[in-house]
Parts: sequence; C-alpha cells; structure tokens
Amino acid sequence: MTALAATARHARYVISENPVTGLAFGLFVLIVLAALFGPALVPIDPLASDTAMALKPPSARHWFGTDQLGRDIFSRVIAATRLDFGIAVASVVLVFAMGGLAGVAAGFFGGWTDRIVGRIADTIMAFPLFVLAMGIVAALGNSVQNIVIATAIVNFPLYARVARAEANVRRESGFVEAARLSGNGEWRILVFQILPNVIPILVVQMSLTMGYAILNAAGLSFIGLGVRPPMPEWGIMVAEGAAFIVSGEWWIAFFPGLALMIAVFCFNLLGDGMRDIVDPRRRT
Amino acid sequence: MLTLMLKRLAMTIPSLIGVVIVTFLLTRALPGDPAAYFAGPAASPEAIEQIRASLGLDQPLPVQFVHYVIDLAHGDLGSSLTTGQPVAAEIAARLPASAELTLLGLIVSMAIAVPLGILAATRPGSAIDHACRIVTTAGVSLPVFFTGLILVYVFYYLLGWAPAPLGRLGIFDSPPPTITGFYLIDSLLTGDGTTFMASLKQLALPAITLGLFALAPIARMTRASMLAVLSSDFVRTARACGLASYTVVVTYAFRNAMLPVITTLGMVFSFLLGANVLVEKVFAWPGIGSFAVEALIASDFAPVQGFVLTMAVLYVALNLAIDMLYGLIDPRTRMDA
Repeated sequence: MTALAATARHARYVISENPVTGLAFGLFVLIVLAALFGPALVPIDPLASDTAMALKPPSARHWFGTDQLGRDIFSRVIAATRLDFGIAVASVVLVFAMGGLAGVAAGFFGGWTDRIVGRIADTIMAFPLFVLAMGIVAALGNSVQNIVIATAIVNFPLYARVARAEANVRRESGFVEAARLSGNGEWRILVFQILPNVIPILVVQMSLTMGYAILNAAGLSFIGLGVRPPMPEWGIMVAEGAAFIVSGEWWIAFFPGLALMIAVFCFNLLGDGMRDIVDPRRRT
Repeated sequence: MLTLMLKRLAMTIPSLIGVVIVTFLLTRALPGDPAAYFAGPAASPEAIEQIRASLGLDQPLPVQFVHYVIDLAHGDLGSSLTTGQPVAAEIAARLPASAELTLLGLIVSMAIAVPLGILAATRPGSAIDHACRIVTTAGVSLPVFFTGLILVYVFYYLLGWAPAPLGRLGIFDSPPPTITGFYLIDSLLTGDGTTFMASLKQLALPAITLGLFALAPIARMTRASMLAVLSSDFVRTARACGLASYTVVVTYAFRNAMLPVITTLGMVFSFLLGANVLVEKVFAWPGIGSFAVEALIASDFAPVQGFVLTMAVLYVALNLAIDMLYGLIDPRTRMDA
C-alpha cells in the first residue's frame, strides 16, 4: 500500500513539475469520454445526408461544416473517436499479450526460444513498418479486424525486445533463485515472479506506441484499406476531403485531420509522462 | 576492415531470406482462391483447375516456394491482373520517381534538423532549444497525409505559389530524356533549365511534407548526441587549450556527434519509405507507392507483393549502406574486427 501511495505521490510530482503531462491527461480523459459516449451525444446523426446542405463551410448549425453529402462533420469527427480509439487500444492490447509473452519467454528460457523470437523480430524489422502493414492487410483481407492485427504485428519487435531485456536481467536474481529453491516450476516462476516485474515497463511501452498505432491505422484507412464508407473514421474522412482541398473546401479534411493530430499528440505526451512516472532515470 | 564489411554483408542474408519467406507467405494467406480469381466469375470448374495447374497452385507449398524463388532469381515478380503488364518492369519504371522524392525529403529534413539540433544543444534552455523540443514532439504527431493536404491548401489554393498536386510535371511539360530517371538530374545533364524548374516546383511540396515528417527523430538525436559530446572531456580540453568555440563545436564535437545520428537514419528510412506511400497518394505522384495503392484497391495481389518485396530489399540495402558508412567514418569500429 505504501508503494502505491509513493507512486501516486511521484505521479503528482511529475504532473506538477510538467504541466504538459497534466494537459495530456485531461485530453486523454476527453478522448475516452468521446469514445464511450460520443455516438450517443452528437447533435446530428453522423450518417444522415442532406444534399441541400452539401459542402457548406462551418456555421452555427454545422460547427465543422458539411461534407459532399451534406453530413455534419462535427458529429462525424466525434463519432469516429470510438472506432479510431478502439482500433488503437485493441492492437496495443494484442501486441502487449503477444510480444510481452514471447519476449519474457525468450529472455527467461534463452536458447532456442530466444533464437526463434529474435529471428521473428528481426524479420519484421527488415521491412519498412507501414509497408509491411499494407502487405498484411492486403493478404489477410480488407477489414478493420485485420488492421488491428497488422498494427499489432508491426509493433511486435518493440515489445518483444523490451520484455526480453527485462526478463533476462531478472533470470538469475535472488527472488527467482529463492522461488526455484522452494520448488516452483519454471513456467510458474515465469508467470508469478518474472511477468509481474515486466508488466509496468510494458505498460509504458503501450502508452508510447498508442500514438503510432492510431497513425498507422488512420494511414491504412487513408489509402482505402479496412474501414469502409460511410463509417465515420478520421483517416477515411481526410481521404474523402482530399479531393476538395484543391477547390478550397478545406474543412472536410481539416477537422478530422486535426482530431487525429490532437489524439496522437496527446498519446505521445502521455507516454513520455508515464515513462517519467515509472522510470525516473530515463527522463528527457 | 574488409573482413568486418564482409561479416556485415553476410548478416543481410538471413534478413533477405526472411523477407522472401514472408512475402511468399503473404500470398498464400490470401483469402479466396487465386485460380478462381484469375479465371473470372464465369469460368467452369475445369477451367479453374487448368489455371490452377498452369499457375502451379496444385503443387505442395515447398514446391511452390522453390518456383517462387526461381522466378525471383530471374527477376520475375509475376504480372498484374488488371493491366497484364509484368510487375517487375512497372516497378522499375516507377522506382526513380519514388527514389527522387524520398531522397529529396531526406535532404530537406537533414538540412533543417541537423542545424536545429546543434543550435539547441549549444544553447540549452534558450528559445531555440524550446523550439527544437516543440518540433520534435509535434513532428512525430503529424499524420503525413494531413500535413501534405494543408501544404496543398496553403501553397496551391490560397497563395498560388505551388503547381497543382498532380504528379512529377505539369500537363504542358515534357519529361527530360531518361538517363538516371531522376528528373532533376536528367534535366541538369541535358542543360534543360525550364524542365528543371518545372520538376523542382512539383517536387517541392511533397518533399517538404516528407521532410517535416522525418525531422523529429533526426533533430532529437542530433540534440541529444551533441549534448553528450559537448560535455565530454576532449571538448573540455579543446576549450581549455583556447580553441575558438566555432572550431570546438564544428570540427571536434559535430563530427563525433554525427555517428549516432547516422545510426538513427535506419529508423528514419523505415518511416520515410512508409510515409512515401501516403505522400504519393496525396500528390498523385507516379511512384511505386501509388502503384501499390491502386493495386490494393483492385485486390490485385502480384503488384502489392512485388512492392512489399522491393521496399524490404531496398530497406535492407539502405541499412547495410548505413552500417558500412558508419564503419568508414568511425575508425573505432574497425578495431573490433
């Protein structure tokens, strides 16, 4: 309990020291609220089209203007939060489980396990990551679920390497030896002794890669993969607005792009803040 | 030195084998039956079987893999379903457009990021240091397709400085004779100033977009490694000996600080090659990225596979070149051999 209190005190210190982290945390709460309740709260149905009102600039009724079908962009941007945030969270959780387990096993057992996990990670790293993600989505099929899988796979090496390094330094430590001497099996030690020590570092990794996961998913849907219209999603909304930029209708692409940028910015700042809280030595 | 380089060269072989296996597996994971797809919706079962045999898809997987590798060794990447053209020829024709854009993007980002990082490191806590920190944090948050569209809006629609984002040259310009495939270099070689300016105008916005994207990691690394080098003993000694601060920073510190920056270039290239696809889509750039995107939309797999393979081989080669360059620049790495 005292350890928890100390962490909370340290977190308060980090936030008061660096108000930007506090701001990022506030934004994060807003994004989560928009993801949870956004679709229920929006003033206008994000799918309702009204061709009489097509391509209107921002006004009192349509805060962010309307698109080529007369749909309200403000409502669509808010409603899209759930899908974008959901894709990012799902892919990060997936890679947390896959990469974390594989890396911990590699670092703890060494030998062949280590070589196989290392080889897989190296092979993934031999590709430019976005290009590999494109190839995976093309091969597995064009769906939101496969965007989640592709984003998780390209992040695999990052998680596996961090988990491997952390498990490796603890492999011969006193508490592991003690557990071994009192008759615990290797798998039991892995799950109950090593894993709990590695999880906090992996959680930091999750918040650091969250921004990249959103960017990756939005990039894939920008080139027409995964999300299908008329589903509101930031990447595809920017793609729809791209055709109108050259004729001056900037608001169609601008607001979803801005929302995407703010979300990624928020996650990156939050990731840095989390790292400061968990590992004060690596502060930048 | 030579043995070290040969060792590094040997290290690329497992990467290349991994790349070939992954691109092969990606085709086989394709949902649906490629033979049925090839034959078209109206084909009879016999016709599909015939096509399956002619494509070699009735063979066991290891045999198919051997055929795939043999085809690759002959430079055969298959043919596009929609155009019927061989993929390898198409990629070779479009590669210079992508390479020109990516390299110019890298030059733009280096030209901004390196001085910015050095200035930030020599004046910690100053306005330029804060500017550097904002740029590095904001730079990684910018979706590259969004920056591109904003630049188009401002510089094409509002200010009218840039030409329409429609490829490598305007409609009324004719491309220079192909020597290297890089329009900037070819037009200079043939002494064609008008074409040079026209292609530079078309290149400016996409290259700046890519440059802004790659700026953050380079600036961050330059600043961090400059800070580390500036606080080291040999810099203190150089200062104590009374060398001018310009000599200390540029001759002594900068050359040492560049080494970690060169190492980060590997990661920067991973970003650049991926972002290239998005930038090509925004600016209708006729490179291999937009080729792959068009094929993706049409579920035409051979071009996508060829594209992923080309990009991965390029990336492995770039990493090799970076490591070799590192060995040439840093004499200490030669001692280890």
